[in-house]
Amino acid sequence: MIVMKNICKTYKVAKRNAGFKEAARSFFRREYENVQALDHISFTVQDGETVGYIGPNGAGKSTTIKILSGILTPDSGECLVDGRTPWKNRIDHVAQIGVVFGQRSQLWWDVPVIDSFELLRDIYSVPHAAYRDNLDELTELLDLGELLRTPARQLSLGQRMRCELAASLLHSPKILFLDEPTIGLDAVSKIAVREFIVKRNQTHNTTVLLTTHDMQDIEAITKRIILIGKGRLLLDGSLEDIRRGGEDIDKTVAELYRSYEI
Amino acid sequence: MNSKNDMNTPSRHKVSALRLYGHYLSIHLRSVMQYKASFLMTAFGQFLVSFNMFLGIYFMFDRFGSVEGFSYSEVLLCFSVMLTEYSLGECIARGFDTFDGMVRRGEFDRVLTRPRHEILQVLGHKIELSRFGKLAQAIVMFAYGVTHSGVTWNAGRMLTVFLMLLGGTALFCGIFLIYAVLCFYTLEGLEFMNILTDGAREYGKYPISIYGKRMMQFCTFIIPYALVQYYPLLYLIGRSDNFLYGLLPLLALLFLIPCYLLWKVGVRHYRSTGS
Repeated sequence: MIVMKNICKTYKVAKRNAGFKEAARSFFRREYENVQALDHISFTVQDGETVGYIGPNGAGKSTTIKILSGILTPDSGECLVDGRTPWKNRIDHVAQIGVVFGQRSQLWWDVPVIDSFELLRDIYSVPHAAYRDNLDELTELLDLGELLRTPARQLSLGQRMRCELAASLLHSPKILFLDEPTIGLDAVSKIAVREFIVKRNQTHNTTVLLTTHDMQDIEAITKRIILIGKGRLLLDGSLEDIRRGGEDIDKTVAELYRSYEI
Repeated sequence: MNSKNDMNTPSRHKVSALRLYGHYLSIHLRSVMQYKASFLMTAFGQFLVSFNMFLGIYFMFDRFGSVEGFSYSEVLLCFSVMLTEYSLGECIARGFDTFDGMVRRGEFDRVLTRPRHEILQVLGHKIELSRFGKLAQAIVMFAYGVTHSGVTWNAGRMLTVFLMLLGGTALFCGIFLIYAVLCFYTLEGLEFMNILTDGAREYGKYPISIYGKRMMQFCTFIIPYALVQYYPLLYLIGRSDNFLYGLLPLLALLFLIPCYLLWKVGVRHYRSTGS
């Protein structure tokens, strides 16, 4: 179970106007602006739930994922994931979660994917028998087959994303955080990724928290939606709550963003 | 539910840090083999680079005979040990040396999402095998330095050389670690830190005493180069009978403690980048 209570996080961002003169000036006297990335965010996610975490760019989605996965420490607030505080028991915590960053690879560039997987097996200390079972299952579901023997640098984005998903699940985490897993993928790959996530949730009861800008991801995968904007939690409900009338989900969400002025 | 659940029990056997490091090393070996020509040329280049430094010393003594009372063979010993320490340190701690890139590209995020110590992962992330060319050259120099030093070798002196290598390598690793810590704050590599690494290798060719008293104090109490170089050298070449001088390199290992504590503070200060 994931519990977030009044989590706040502020970043200090250096600001300056354009131009060389301004750059030189800021070298000596830098002006900072505090950006409130998260402003008293609270929500609870039950085991086995699938949650879509949406909001415009810069809303604080990635920051939330980073706090939940133990990368960032919030300024204030409480957060418990299966009873652990991510930034305090980092090593215990991350052994039980899987994280996929759509924009960053976790595979070694120059070696076949299977080599990366075996390294992960050792990093997570997965027993050999369990590793083999997991790998067989993931290979079949994600149709990895030949990909395993290909160096990561020669994979297409869609192929790579399937491998990334497998890489994050080799240690059978109970919770999976996905940060824009379908970004830049073609239609076929998107569908493959979505179907896989749904299946994983059904067969293993894996809790899934997913950020995305693609509303079809949300329709296909999640039952619940959390909307944030400018660091504040604006809406926590089901897809139907968001739809309310409009048929085109993209338009409805865009309208929603506008109505909240985010 | 299938058999996956039993994996999450705490009783599962943890892969040892050493084995995991070996696995990282093996991945780097496999990567390197993809670019054979590039690897061989870089390694060969690295092999030649530090040869220049040796020539510097050679011609210097060809002209002057001795420096502050230290003979050619004594300086050669000093230089070859320092070079080996530096090269070993660089092989081990290259991950710290290139840490600014890791922070900027957000790769350190990934490190934090894995259940192993950050330092182990950072070290494993970057093992530059071409640096072993430099190490090979250092070992050649080391063998030359040891055999031409005119030192009468006994057990105590052999131990001292070993401790010098150990302490010196640890010292360089510690400085690379501090360098990495600074990247948490600046997000950029700080070239001035090279004064402490490349600089030490360069100036460490000669016994530190020739640089004067101030330098000596700095290198004894702040960054303890003298503990792995000057004092044990005195014992090696028979200028001092005090065996404690030969054991001083062990004290340099303590330098790693403040470095590690700084790292801990740095990790807590870490602010990830981008989305």
